[in-house]
Amino acid sequence: MSTEFRQEKLKNGLLVNLKEIHSAPIISHWVWYRVGSRNEVAGKTGISHWVEHMQFKGTPKFPAGVLDRAISRDGGFWNAFTFLDWTTFFETMPADKISLALDLESDRMVNSTFLAEEVTSERTVIISEREGNENEPLFRLDEEMQAAAFASHPYRNEIIGSVEDLHAIQRDDLYAHYRSHYCPNNAVLAIAGDFDSDAMFKLIEQYYGSIPAGKVNSHFPAQDSPLSGEKRIEVKGPGDTTYLQLAYRAPAAANEDFFTVSVLDSLLTGPSGLNMFGGGGISNKTSRLYQALVEKEFATSVYGGLQATIDPHLYNINITIRPEHKPEKVLALIDAEIDHLQQILIPQAEIDRAVKQARALFAYGSENITNQGFWLGYPEMFDHYDWFNQYVERLNQVTPKKIQQALQEYLKPERRVVGIYLPEEVQA
Amino acid sequence: MTQPVAYTDIHSLPGPEDILRKVLPNGITILTRSNFNSPSVVLTGYIAAGSYLDPLEQLGLAHFTASALTRGTKTQTFQQIFDRLESAGASLGFGASVHNTSFSGRSLVEDLPLLIDLLADCLRRPTFPEEYVKRLQVQFLTSLSIRAQDTAEMAAITFDELLFGNHPYGRPEDGFIETIQKITRADLVRFHQQYYHPQNLVIVVVGAVEAQSVFDVIEAALGDWQNPAKVQSAELAEIIPPTQTIRRHLDIPGKSQTDLIMGMLGPKRKSPDYLIASLGNNVLGQFGMMGRIGAAVREKAGLAYDASTSLNAWIDGGSWEVSAGVNPVNLQKAIDLILQELHTFIQEPVSADELSDSQANYIGRLPLSLESNAGVANSILNLERFDLGLDYLQRYAQIIQTVTPEAILEVARKYVHPDNLVIVSAGSKNE
Repeated sequence: MSTEFRQEKLKNGLLVNLKEIHSAPIISHWVWYRVGSRNEVAGKTGISHWVEHMQFKGTPKFPAGVLDRAISRDGGFWNAFTFLDWTTFFETMPADKISLALDLESDRMVNSTFLAEEVTSERTVIISEREGNENEPLFRLDEEMQAAAFASHPYRNEIIGSVEDLHAIQRDDLYAHYRSHYCPNNAVLAIAGDFDSDAMFKLIEQYYGSIPAGKVNSHFPAQDSPLSGEKRIEVKGPGDTTYLQLAYRAPAAANEDFFTVSVLDSLLTGPSGLNMFGGGGISNKTSRLYQALVEKEFATSVYGGLQATIDPHLYNINITIRPEHKPEKVLALIDAEIDHLQQILIPQAEIDRAVKQARALFAYGSENITNQGFWLGYPEMFDHYDWFNQYVERLNQVTPKKIQQALQEYLKPERRVVGIYLPEEVQA
Repeated sequence: MTQPVAYTDIHSLPGPEDILRKVLPNGITILTRSNFNSPSVVLTGYIAAGSYLDPLEQLGLAHFTASALTRGTKTQTFQQIFDRLESAGASLGFGASVHNTSFSGRSLVEDLPLLIDLLADCLRRPTFPEEYVKRLQVQFLTSLSIRAQDTAEMAAITFDELLFGNHPYGRPEDGFIETIQKITRADLVRFHQQYYHPQNLVIVVVGAVEAQSVFDVIEAALGDWQNPAKVQSAELAEIIPPTQTIRRHLDIPGKSQTDLIMGMLGPKRKSPDYLIASLGNNVLGQFGMMGRIGAAVREKAGLAYDASTSLNAWIDGGSWEVSAGVNPVNLQKAIDLILQELHTFIQEPVSADELSDSQANYIGRLPLSLESNAGVANSILNLERFDLGLDYLQRYAQIIQTVTPEAILEVARKYVHPDNLVIVSAGSKNE
């Protein structure tokens, strides 16, 4: 399989990453913008996600509905995501139809209309999306824990925004946010699949080359200082189930420690990969916290993970507690496990195992061209493409000593938020 | 303007040339296709023993039995099984649906023998250790109390119950709190003895391995399996369509959103109506931004983030459903808009453009659904399960192209009866 990678920058500042993969006649085309909830100011939370929605509402060339129809007719699929640091749009198409993706993405990079009536109907759609999230018992706990974990950094806000802000944001706010962030010099174009790179570059020049560089006007937050004492959040709600969640401040993705904490996560709660599409997962039944909590009958499930982000985000551990146990007991057991690990040097074999798991997850994820397209742009949003290329190797450089240091540095009780969801007393 | 539909080169699609099928003397069916683009393999398949065999008072037994297979065998403990799997970065899991107990796993290609060995051991020699049965029981009970708070799941369970009556399609495979509480280790042992046997086992392997090695490794692990204790299964209840609209609301306090499902019976998977209904369904609530339903409920009225349709077709029947998540104050408005679309759908044929859009969409997306080993394996499993023929994927475009707007209208009128619907909502009270 040919897997040639090529990177270039257009004159207007658009960074282009290409990877030829000729296993199937499919191409996945991604445009990434360096804007997410991280760049939002008070009173405007959720605006990046809303702008993403408005990007499906049409341009003079491709009015709403026409885009959909064109992509779907060709058997393609498309979607978009807004995250902490970025917003991305992708189309995966039969290879001979890919020029449509370049045509419409280059067009809506600058020409979206943001009609007032579309803004109005999308307001209720997004509020409905948020209400769907609110139906999950843990949404409110997550929301309060995030707010407690950051003093002022926008990572404290929900990406979808607060209800008040979703009612207050107006068409001109959205349009201004769009114009300040959607331009070639604030974007990365990533294309993976069955094409010839030279021919693809000509196509890229044709569609994207003439878009002028824009003036990026963004808000870049100051870093929060580390948490200085343990915070506790307790939320009560319907149901019969008690949950315990821990949020530790994690290293930024570009920090060497990120890889150490990733291995640590694998040891504590099981492996998580970088696959967004396909690949499936590996179970975590031999992980230390599963053994200590589920096998010992204190919990019915445990999982954990961290996000690759520009600024330090969170390492989360989530536990569903068995009805006969109290969260305090479970917390004490977790602390005992972490204390124990801080005292010892773990065997090198456990690190080797985490590396093999990461390799397997990459192999599974590589079967999917859409996932390959995702990998090609994603690391540019918080570091560089090399971050991805070197991922397994950098996991391999983690040592027992580094794990011990990371435990001592990042997993201190005074650097965490403890969240507890308690079922409300049943009302007669 | 409607554009002509381009055909994919059909020989790049899986077909009789490269899907190899073999039946072992003890009845096990093996299907395999090689793909050397990635160093991994996918293993999937089923045993035709599902929740339709559950005693009513022990609903969830098939699913419980399936989940307990990996908790220990005569030769390996739970710890050993998962240590081997997780150390290899591999996975293997079991679960039950109405008709089948299914399994799926994946690994790097060098670990395929490990995966097959674990599959064979779990299917043939599970010991159902008492402490793990108890532990799983608590995990299921916890999941069921979480489920009770999930508006979408509770609406779906009630919808199936009202639509399918006494047929097993009307009962959740994971059971209820009361039925899971009644299950003991002895029940799992009995279920396994009666219903797990090689004659009804289908295994599919797709990945970086030659067919002959797949056949060899499976034959070595499972070729001598016999189960003389097996029991034949019973006849299932008839599915009777509703004769009037049934409306039910489930009150689940403290919810911002109400989940709505409304619908009717749909065709069986093997029915000639199926693909016609499926294309009609695509126009109604799938194509582009969720078809006509999405346009009416989301794009025009702004009532919901999700509003779409689905056609679910199985062996004995199926369901044709419209679902949406809405604010409680908009519930009736959403129901009315959906009813209006259903009426239009049976009054006039879909337009030539709508049909051609959906046909192009179905034909164009086929290669995308087959890019990964898991996608190919699932397609092959369906070919076997519904007797579609190994050349089905290659014939698919042609079958899709022959569907006409009139055929869709005829099938729509056969199944869609807006005055005889099941309508279920779950969420907090509006008042």
